[in-house]
Amino acid sequence: MSDTMTSSITADPIPASRITKVSIIVSKGSLDGIYPALIMANGARAEGIEANLFFTFFGLDAIHNKRIDHIKISTVGNPGLHVPTLAGGLPGMSALVTHMMEKKMEALDIPPIHEFIEMIADTGAGMYACKASVDLFGLTKDDFVPQVQEIITVGEFYDKAAGGQIIFT
Amino acid sequence: MTTTTTTTTIIAGIAVDLNAEGFFEHPDQWTPEIAEELAKAEGIEKMSDKHWQVVKFMRQEYFAKGTGPTVRMLGKTSGVSVKELYELFPKGPAKVAARIAGIPKPKGCI
Repeated sequence: MSDTMTSSITADPIPASRITKVSIIVSKGSLDGIYPALIMANGARAEGIEANLFFTFFGLDAIHNKRIDHIKISTVGNPGLHVPTLAGGLPGMSALVTHMMEKKMEALDIPPIHEFIEMIADTGAGMYACKASVDLFGLTKDDFVPQVQEIITVGEFYDKAAGGQIIFT
Repeated sequence: MTTTTTTTTIIAGIAVDLNAEGFFEHPDQWTPEIAEELAKAEGIEKMSDKHWQVVKFMRQEYFAKGTGPTVRMLGKTSGVSVKELYELFPKGPAKVAARIAGIPKPKGCI
């Protein structure tokens, strides 16, 4: 009896239809545009799910050497913040709200974007920059943090995403 | 056996209560021998010193704080880096190490 019961604890109780791989596209360059993707990628790896991050368009800011430490929340045209549009446009407003959010996040053990990118790379997740966007902005691989493995085309992205789920953020 | 989600299982000769996800209901039922058994079930043939370092740290944190540490916290304070954690527990350090350490699954998204 103990044998059968022991084997029941060894089996993963989650059914075979579970997600085993995700490829997450990051297309936005705001703090609230980047974090969800990073949290999902990190969370996937923590569950033993294979994960890739593909940075495109303004999402490239999340891996850009000079921009990664200056990602801000947009306080204009962001109804979720509940700040009146005119107040949101005041100088320094975006920096202030970003600072407040960063403090809250640190208290919840959510790392700053730069550290998060390093940590997610350490989990073994793949990190790629979109070639079309890199060309559009006149960037090269040297513009990116070393955690970025490759600049790839959309076709190569689909190859890497094969067999898994694709999430666009 | 009191609820439908708890199962009593014999591991390394000791009866332990596990929840539906295979995590300990009562971390005080844990023994190092149980950890060895659970590790094998997770594909870790032999627990290395590093594995033990993580498992012991997780239990220590759990009993001190009431919840297991996140991977980030493990990487910063256990003496084992995030990269090593994923090498030691490829199926997911937080989840697998918590299971082996006999503590509930750590809550939180990071």
